[in-house]
Amino acid sequence: MALTIKEVEHVAQLARLNLTEEEKIKFTEQLSSILNYADTLKAIPTEGIEPLTHILPINNVFREDQPGPSMDREEILANAPLAEDYQYKVPKIM
Amino acid sequence: MELHELTVHELQELLAGGKTSSEEIVKSLLARIDAVEGEVKSFITLTGEQALDKARRVDAKGNYQGIAGIPMGLKDNICTRGIKTTCGSRMLADFVPPYESTVSSRLDQHDSILMGKLNMDEFAMGSSTENSAFFPTRNPWDLTKVPGGSSGGSAAAVAAGQIPFSLGSDTGGSIRQPAAYCGVVGMKPTYGRVSRWGVVAYASSLDQVGVLSKDVRDNAMIMQIIAGHDPLDSNCVSLAVPDYTAGLDGSVKGMRIAYPREYFGAGVDESIRVLIMQALKKYEELGAIVEEVSLPHSEYALPAYYLVGPAEASANLACFDGVRFGYRDQTAENVVDMFSLTRAHGFGDEVKRRIMLGTYALSSGYYDAYYLKALKVRRLIAEDFAKVFNDYDIIAAPTTPTTAFALGEQSGDLLTIYMNDILTVPVNMAGLPGMSIPCGFAGGLPVGMQIIGKAFDEATIYKAAYAFEQNTDFHTIKPQLGVK
Repeated sequence: MALTIKEVEHVAQLARLNLTEEEKIKFTEQLSSILNYADTLKAIPTEGIEPLTHILPINNVFREDQPGPSMDREEILANAPLAEDYQYKVPKIM
Repeated sequence: MELHELTVHELQELLAGGKTSSEEIVKSLLARIDAVEGEVKSFITLTGEQALDKARRVDAKGNYQGIAGIPMGLKDNICTRGIKTTCGSRMLADFVPPYESTVSSRLDQHDSILMGKLNMDEFAMGSSTENSAFFPTRNPWDLTKVPGGSSGGSAAAVAAGQIPFSLGSDTGGSIRQPAAYCGVVGMKPTYGRVSRWGVVAYASSLDQVGVLSKDVRDNAMIMQIIAGHDPLDSNCVSLAVPDYTAGLDGSVKGMRIAYPREYFGAGVDESIRVLIMQALKKYEELGAIVEEVSLPHSEYALPAYYLVGPAEASANLACFDGVRFGYRDQTAENVVDMFSLTRAHGFGDEVKRRIMLGTYALSSGYYDAYYLKALKVRRLIAEDFAKVFNDYDIIAAPTTPTTAFALGEQSGDLLTIYMNDILTVPVNMAGLPGMSIPCGFAGGLPVGMQIIGKAFDEATIYKAAYAFEQNTDFHTIKPQLGVK
């Protein structure tokens, strides 16, 4: 499956990745080659096979809802690129 | 023998017998690190001062049980409270976790001593540790060769005698492949056996934490400590953990060992094929029943992995957006540009490729053709293994198709790089435990034999690996580092 530059631009936009023009060309070529390889899967008949999303035979693991100590707020915010009044600060959204 | 040459159980005997102290061991390892780190470059962060402090505290207690007083290192995707955890990425170059992973906390509770955080391919994506944003690590057996990856620092540091054991993580072979390339023992346990709480996620349905060590006994000892239920990882099951070291009796009499013909085909070096066949012969001499089997969907595991892994990565790595932690691009004027520029500058090429590949495979119009198709193939791969395990106790095969390749050698062709994992990826797709142990040398470089077990039956893998190790001496041969 050969991708077009337009498709790579679309995927990069969905993934929130800013790409340079050179990167667009390089990734178009590289992703196409990986998808070509992935296309070998088409040779296997999978009619009626259930997709295996999870390897363990468990689901909905519950525990008692008991309050416990929280992480330290200042310690967490110390990793924020920008914070003010115990809140994360970002550039304008609208 | 210098202290840095010893295994965990040898060091433990010396400590318990009053022949050495934890402080002496830490000092010996710091001297060793000082001597060889310039060549090997396994560490992103060294914690020598803290290690000495803790060693003195452990010595003051004087209770040398298990791994008390014994140093180790952690792959740098394992969160350590107050100690930088970078994932080998610019994105997290200054990230200091406010919490501790379950695995490192268990080692700490047993008074093991952290020497530092180990180099890795960025976000555990790669097979050579050349994808580290900081620097490549070199193979202690030949400094012009890669150590493998993504847990390359974890394997190289053990092989170089910088630490007696380390933890790594394995999503498609990232413990076993570097263990094979560096001539150490590496175990990826069953999916769900070990907690991933506090381990930065790459592909959540595949990731497992495991142990790299100098021999099988050490590996079993450490696995005993990190395995078992953790309420903080809902995929970590509450099954009893058997006594792994108690099962190491050196016997494989009557054990049924299968070797899959697909793992010996084109692409596997003749020298490696020969060494694995010799190892199988050894098992026969020791009384095991060795037979050829088929895992017919093996060749499809790798292409399926390169859809499933990236799909999960694209979701997991969405949290790196410059808001709560990590790098942020400071030039953007609105929030969407801030996300896109942060991710453009914070991530390296391989991470970007996998995020885009995964985003594509999950996107509308391609979800059925790629992602769902890969999951169906994944079931066929798991069923292949299940059929073989109806009749056999373990599967033995090469860990990698070649020995360690040269730095820079595979920088061009992506598919050539991905092929390094062709024999390890199927095990992750099926969620099974797999181990690599040294089984010889080809062209002066170590070769690994992979032993794959039934789900949650690490004990039989350890038993078989130990029997092989007791009857061979490959694990005692060390690289000649620092000898000039």
